[in-house]
Amino acid sequence: MASKLIHAIYSDDDLLMQAVKQIKGAHYHIAEVYTPFPVHGLDKAVGLAPTRIAITSFLYGLVGLTVAVLMMDFMMIQDWPQNIGGKPSFHFYENMPAFIPIMFELTVFFAAHLMVITFYMRSKLWPFKKPENPDIRTTDDHFMVEIDASNHNVDKMTKFLYDTGAAEIKLIENN
Amino acid sequence: MYTLPSKLKITAIILMVVGLIGLVIGFLDAPDNVEEVKEMMAAQSHHGEEAEHDEATANMNEEGYIETAGRGIKGSDATQEVDHPVAGEGAHEADSEAHYEHLLHQLQTKPWSALFVSAFFFFMIALGALVFYAIQYAAQAGWSPVLFRVIEGITAYLLPGSIIVFLIVIFAGTHFFPWQNEELVAEDKILQLKSGYLNFPFFLIRAIIYVLGWNLYRFFARKYSDRQEEVAANDYRPYRKLFKASVGFLVFFIITESLMSWDWFMSMTPHWYSTLFAWYIFASLFVSAITVIAMVTVYLKKGGYIPFVNDSHLHDLAKFMFAFSIFWTYLWFGQFMLIWYANIPEEVTYFTMRIENYNLLFFGMLILNFVFPILLLMNSDYKRVPLFVLIAGTIILIGHYIDIFLLVMPSTVGPNWYFGLPEFGGLLFFLGLFIIVVGSGLGKLKLLPKNNPFLKESEHYHY
Repeated sequence: MASKLIHAIYSDDDLLMQAVKQIKGAHYHIAEVYTPFPVHGLDKAVGLAPTRIAITSFLYGLVGLTVAVLMMDFMMIQDWPQNIGGKPSFHFYENMPAFIPIMFELTVFFAAHLMVITFYMRSKLWPFKKPENPDIRTTDDHFMVEIDASNHNVDKMTKFLYDTGAAEIKLIENN
Repeated sequence: MYTLPSKLKITAIILMVVGLIGLVIGFLDAPDNVEEVKEMMAAQSHHGEEAEHDEATANMNEEGYIETAGRGIKGSDATQEVDHPVAGEGAHEADSEAHYEHLLHQLQTKPWSALFVSAFFFFMIALGALVFYAIQYAAQAGWSPVLFRVIEGITAYLLPGSIIVFLIVIFAGTHFFPWQNEELVAEDKILQLKSGYLNFPFFLIRAIIYVLGWNLYRFFARKYSDRQEEVAANDYRPYRKLFKASVGFLVFFIITESLMSWDWFMSMTPHWYSTLFAWYIFASLFVSAITVIAMVTVYLKKGGYIPFVNDSHLHDLAKFMFAFSIFWTYLWFGQFMLIWYANIPEEVTYFTMRIENYNLLFFGMLILNFVFPILLLMNSDYKRVPLFVLIAGTIILIGHYIDIFLLVMPSTVGPNWYFGLPEFGGLLFFLGLFIIVVGSGLGKLKLLPKNNPFLKESEHYHY
């Protein structure tokens, strides 16, 4: 963690978007942005890489499909092929229409749940986790940009942030 | 303003001429009497096809509709084996005469079916586009107004298309609809019980109502959307009228579409019924229409006629293509699996026929209509690439042509199908007609609507 941080608080999301663009333009490093709700386009303005969670979800879905196919092929066709109501159980494909609802549901199940768990792990969320929010107002109606000030002139930065419309500017030193 | 390029026009005319020749040959080639059928069979038996043929049709009754209590693929083979020893020698002689009679009927029906498959395929694109248009109005969609003129251009095909389909359906008679054969109905208890609905005068009246209702909406939609351009800004009376007309049309459409599916497709096999059938046809119709809208949009955008359409609009259309491909598969499977699972003889014949005689098409269609779209259009970035939309669109359209082919052919010509001159001719003819009508329809429109209350939002649409 940077030893010196500046917390700039804004009271409006339009102002925040504008400020973020200006801060990026001035080549200051934005460490984090805290908002009470999703601000459309903020990730692009900050320059975050696109999420890959949809790709993981697709792969998990394939895993789920494979699990379903292997499970039912083993149970219904290989291990104990019984004649249940005249359904053909000689090959997997012969009885496949009966398996498709399960194949579909397991695909969705794996894709959804594993994606959610991936999301929790990647964003480090779990019960009893200590909140990392530096200012409680950012969960209600304020927006905060956290900027790395380690190698910059703090006075100049403060002036710059004041001009971007910050309602409150704080210097945080971690030593 | 768009004008149909003369090169495309000439291509379309050539397509129509070639297609027409194919269709005419198809009709002339159809045998006139039993003797000709026998000659054809004799010529074919050199290739050893006759035996195979007899086998395939042995379990069909003389009227041409499958009576076999087929229980899945294996089960139906078993019934055939049981059937054969039961039929005595003398009965076999009469059987074979009836068999040729039946074969004659199917071969005579073949060019009719080829004509109908293609005619309906292109007509349903125009109809589906009209439904999509009405939905966009009724839902007050903010993204689509820039596409309204493109859709209106495609629905220009509705009038000629619906008239052609109407004429085919009316004049096909017993070629398509065995319940119109009075001798057959006289000895068939089931058809007698259905004759309250399945009788020609009522059939004709219904068909007139459908075609008239759909064309009326299209007429008023064009009228109000033109008038909206002429009125002063902030005067949205024509828009409101069109909104109400769209809501009314959607109610009318869903009823008439169900009846249309029962009338024109399900009554080809009047002993068979499925409750899901109308929705299934709707899904096919809707996804094809959206695909064509997307493809025409890509074409016009490439030509620079619609600079106000951006890749977010294309993305939305591709999402619809993707979603409705899955919706179609859902209904296809819903219908297939319920019938396969319960395996009730009177229902399952429909699929037994298709799996035995149309195996590759029947299951290949699933790959074209489901697997390809889902893999090609799942990625969000690909949906914005015109080339991907065109490739996926072509695949979807081929798949749904096969879908319509499989609705009609097994019910009318049975195992005697092949993709020959009349089928190919029908496809080319209606493709040419579609290009000319839609091209000139687009030429009559200003491609950017004016005064639409959602137009600004649509122009700035960004996803």
